[in-house]
Amino acid sequence: MAAGAARVTAYAALPALYLLHNDLWFWDDPGRFLGLPVGLSYHVLFSAVVVLAMWRLVRVAWPGDVLDELAGEVDDDGVDRR
Amino acid sequence: MTLTVIFAYLAAVLVIGVWSNRRLAATGEDFFVAGRTIGPFVLLMTLFGTHMTSFALLGASAESYRIGIGVFSLMASSSALMVPIVFFFVGTRVWAVGRRLGFLTQVQFVRARWGSDGIGLLLFVVLVLLLLPYLLIGVMGGGVVLGQITDGAAPSWLGSLLVSGVVIGYVTSGGLRGTAWVNTFQTAMFMLLGAVTAILIVTSLGGVGQALDRVAESRPELLVRGDAIHPLRLLSYTLIPLSVGTFPHIFAHWLSAKRAATFKAPVVLYPVCIAVVWIPSVLLGLFGNIDFPGLDGAASNSVLVRMIALYAPELLAGLLGAGVFAAIMSSLDSQSLSLGTMFTQDVVRHYRWGGDLDEARQVRLGRLFVVGVVGTVFLLSLVAERSIFALSVWSFTGFASLLPVVVAALYWRRSTAAGAGASILTVIALWTWFFVRGIGDADYSVGGTGVMPVAVVFAGSTLAMIVGSLLSSPPTPERVARFIP
Repeated sequence: MAAGAARVTAYAALPALYLLHNDLWFWDDPGRFLGLPVGLSYHVLFSAVVVLAMWRLVRVAWPGDVLDELAGEVDDDGVDRR
Repeated sequence: MTLTVIFAYLAAVLVIGVWSNRRLAATGEDFFVAGRTIGPFVLLMTLFGTHMTSFALLGASAESYRIGIGVFSLMASSSALMVPIVFFFVGTRVWAVGRRLGFLTQVQFVRARWGSDGIGLLLFVVLVLLLLPYLLIGVMGGGVVLGQITDGAAPSWLGSLLVSGVVIGYVTSGGLRGTAWVNTFQTAMFMLLGAVTAILIVTSLGGVGQALDRVAESRPELLVRGDAIHPLRLLSYTLIPLSVGTFPHIFAHWLSAKRAATFKAPVVLYPVCIAVVWIPSVLLGLFGNIDFPGLDGAASNSVLVRMIALYAPELLAGLLGAGVFAAIMSSLDSQSLSLGTMFTQDVVRHYRWGGDLDEARQVRLGRLFVVGVVGTVFLLSLVAERSIFALSVWSFTGFASLLPVVVAALYWRRSTAAGAGASILTVIALWTWFFVRGIGDADYSVGGTGVMPVAVVFAGSTLAMIVGSLLSSPPTPERVARFIP
């Protein structure tokens, strides 16, 4: 996947996760999954998925160049001053 | 035994804090932001410890006892998503700009971004007023917990005094570096002790499955969200964790990072930390219904302490007490230091009271302000009502609703001082309006719809930022270029 597309999908995962956080589909489900009430195990798994999404965000969309420039760690010609 | 364990823990905390003093260079930057040298592991642990209060242990179990599993989705997994997003998009940029321009506080940042002294002063007042009740809750929490764990043998003022004295000791000694080191230790403590407590109690109950079966027999409604939480409440509550983007104490820890990449660990691993603390708390609160059915009001707040007294008294009670003290102090230390930093940098140094402040005087003043802030809060804790605990969600509402100001400062070139002022004033007006109507009602929502006030205040703040900026003259490109590349 091209770097630009990878970055877009990493960003797009964030609003998708926001929507998935509102699990109306398990709201009144009394069943169990992985030994816990499904409404709880869903959100535990959700947290695990967030870890993966953040890992990917950091890998493909880390704004290193922008931050280096903002922090004054590269000069106007892009040369590292550290 | 219980008190012995707690005192031993407090002594260990003091030793770490005082030991960090050996690394302290007597400069303002070293005292207030640890010379910007904190690495990824300590940053993760100190950010998490600072953000989580004793609520994550005691309050979460009490809420779970009352409303069931829904508390995890409401307060834990929402933070697991929103907090890393704020670290990624806001924290890293704040760090980068702060490093280049030498900022130590949010007010310095805002003053420089829009060239307005008045906006800085307005923000200073709002931040202090929102933070003070939060500090008071921590100091009072120390007293309440010690009283509960010792079954009333220790007076509440003693717990508050212990918390205040120990925090003053290590914060004034080691500054932010000492605070970060102690927080790393304290965060590890309350994560570990929470897990150990849960394992011991759940084992005594015959395992998770058996305990859930017993809850299902008597209170099946606690194992689903049902009517306990309105779907719109869940949707809008997700905005509350955005408060992490405007807490002065979190801001100070961001500035202490060694490099931008230091943020990667907190961004990725924050949800893991949340799960480690919140899953045991929620399960234990739920299982409290087996042995202690029918607790209501303030009595339900002590459900975790009651379970420990029943299943693992003495040593574990002492260890849990130490864990709760750890959770309280790991927030209180950073909050008091951030207020000390703000009074030193944004008032005394900015307005040049007493002339120029050299580095040594900045450190001395910072220490004095920490003593003054914590001492004042301790005295207030002696007369404040217990109902102050209800203020926490209102404090978070105010902080979260200020986030549009920070985001505009970092990302919107066209934003202006007028927009920022309009946004802050809108937060003050709407927050006050809702506070007057909602204080005292834990389930208050806008018009009874389930929507939390934070959604309306946040939207109003964003709108005011946009309208106020567009109706005023744009800032100079030179000023914007210092903040947005």
